[in-house]
Amino acid sequence: MGSVKKVALKALALFMAAALIAGCGQQKSGSDKQGVAGANTINIGVNYELSGDVATYGTNSKDAILLAFEEINQKGGVLGGKKINAIVLDNGGKKEEAMSAAAKLITENKVVALLGPATSGATMAAATMATKYKVPIISPSATSPDVTVDPQSKKVRDYVFRVCFIDPTQAIVGAEFATKDLGAKKAAIIYSNSDEYSKGLYKVFKEEFVKDGGQVVAEESFNSGDQDFRPALTRVKDAGADLIYVPAYYGDVGKIVNQARELGIKVPMLGADGWDSPKLAEYAGGAANLNNTYFTNHYAASDPNPRLQAFVKAFKEKYNREPDAFAALGYDTAYLLVDAIERAGSADPEAIRNALASTKDFDGITSKITIDQNHNPVKDVAIITMVDGKQTLKKKITH
Amino acid sequence: MAVFFQQIINGLSLGSIYALIALGYTMVYGIIQLINFAHGDIMMAGAYIAFFVVVYLKLNIWWAFIISMIGSALLGVIIERVAYKPLRNATRLAPLITAIGMSLFLENGGLMVLGTDIRSYPGGLITNAQLPLTLFGIRLTATTLQLLILAITIVMMIILQYIVHYTRAGKAMRAVSYDADAARLMGINVDNTISLTFALGSAFAAVAGILLGLYYNNIQPLMGIMPGLKAFVAAVIGGIGLIPGAMVGGFALGIFETMVSGYWSSNLRDPIVFLLLILILLVKPAGLLGKNNTEKV
Repeated sequence: MGSVKKVALKALALFMAAALIAGCGQQKSGSDKQGVAGANTINIGVNYELSGDVATYGTNSKDAILLAFEEINQKGGVLGGKKINAIVLDNGGKKEEAMSAAAKLITENKVVALLGPATSGATMAAATMATKYKVPIISPSATSPDVTVDPQSKKVRDYVFRVCFIDPTQAIVGAEFATKDLGAKKAAIIYSNSDEYSKGLYKVFKEEFVKDGGQVVAEESFNSGDQDFRPALTRVKDAGADLIYVPAYYGDVGKIVNQARELGIKVPMLGADGWDSPKLAEYAGGAANLNNTYFTNHYAASDPNPRLQAFVKAFKEKYNREPDAFAALGYDTAYLLVDAIERAGSADPEAIRNALASTKDFDGITSKITIDQNHNPVKDVAIITMVDGKQTLKKKITH
Repeated sequence: MAVFFQQIINGLSLGSIYALIALGYTMVYGIIQLINFAHGDIMMAGAYIAFFVVVYLKLNIWWAFIISMIGSALLGVIIERVAYKPLRNATRLAPLITAIGMSLFLENGGLMVLGTDIRSYPGGLITNAQLPLTLFGIRLTATTLQLLILAITIVMMIILQYIVHYTRAGKAMRAVSYDADAARLMGINVDNTISLTFALGSAFAAVAGILLGLYYNNIQPLMGIMPGLKAFVAAVIGGIGLIPGAMVGGFALGIFETMVSGYWSSNLRDPIVFLLLILILLVKPAGLLGKNNTEKV
């Protein structure tokens, strides 16, 4: 029996080792045609958070991109008949995985452009590879200003673009909306100290809110993934805030909203695009808790724009669910890239980069987009309010 | 003052959950001097079993508690039999390392099987209404869930005290904990007694896991790590190996932690809690209730 036990133990150890390795990184391929582009195909890399904490961002964006490419291929492709071949990799929301996925797509799959990732941290990691190999990268939703401009040297990163507005813009618009439309005078801010996105929004919002005549009565920081917000919220309640600004991602936001409402805090809560997730109501402990909350976002599904509505319909038909802002931005990203390839007249990465940099009045579904000298788009910011769990367009502010 | 009492309410709920987890740590330590690092992950398994019971079997939360306790107890016993029992006569370091391995196995296995998605228990499992409390003329807010957590914890502790002090199995546990060899000579089945200890501790962990899932409105495969470590700290604060120590330690840590976040900063909470662990180990390694040797289990 002794040897059987030993073997069983060894097998267990091996199994555990395998589980550890498996847990570290998973890669998925969304296309069966991989490898070097043929004469009639153009390879595009799609590098996304398809698992992990922000999996819904990446999945929605990727699905919309694949939908756009499918439409484009059906209409005859690009550059007079070339088909687009998307190669999808999952980076699990980890910076190092995003970087190695980008390298793999460029060196092994010879992609001419990279789309994604969804979040700023992962995009910056992937962008180092794009810059190294001189291949343009477009993030649909990386909102940190540092993504396109190096914060130290203030130099624009040549190969990095985005189709969403940047964080300071949404914080400025948020503060303006809080003071003018909600009439807030005393704001509390709850932000994640371990997240650049959250910290950036916190800084700009505070500045703007004070400039607009408000007062910040409580500032509470937490670490992303924290579970217990009751102590901090108890303090916020005591400070008598008439608005709580929560610039964080939906996982944390859900917990904060849920616990705030449980503590009897009924004041409006305002956030940013990180709130946008179909899971928000579930995490917030029910749709009712989300009433009287607002967030700045890239688009609203209820916007009557006919092209947007056509996209919403096509997305729902294909994937059987509502598209969110990440999906809409992903769709714009795919079309913006194809527009640039057409204008460049070639699938050469350098030519595509130049065409992207000179984009003017591109007619996207989220807004008209002009790429400025910092590779940021000039476009509309939508303010969404949650009504019984449904995202409703409150107003649009151009910035 | 209202803020202070409100923070005490917040701390009591959290402390109850820590105490429930700490009980499992301390019982296992008491009986085989093993720090079962997989304990927090058994808690996670318990939370998931309950999730599947309410979502797929569509049973109510009380059935979820019962089935999850049984399931987790089985899991605890299997882990003990497979991973710890063969090492019973090895050096003390060997089972400790195995426990860490088992913990990583459950976490990563959980990620593999359950995915990284965060899930929430369906709404309406328990009525979670706000209770306006008035204490010394101060108006406070508690929820029915917070009261339920406290009540369940106290009931569980009474049950445990009963089992340990007034049943034959409890007497056997105390005997094995006091001297395993002598207990064996007296005809006590030491292996079964150790398994029973794991079963009890794991069932408590399951309850803690479900309460944590309800309290934070989310469960995920790595949910056991932090509360597991915190409960370990709680067990050490109270005096590891002592059942009343785990209770006192759990409540003390929950309230202490809430006060640190409430009056200082949420970012300092974890560093200070683990600093406290180091301080206790340096100054009073036996824990707050450390001298009391008679209740060792």
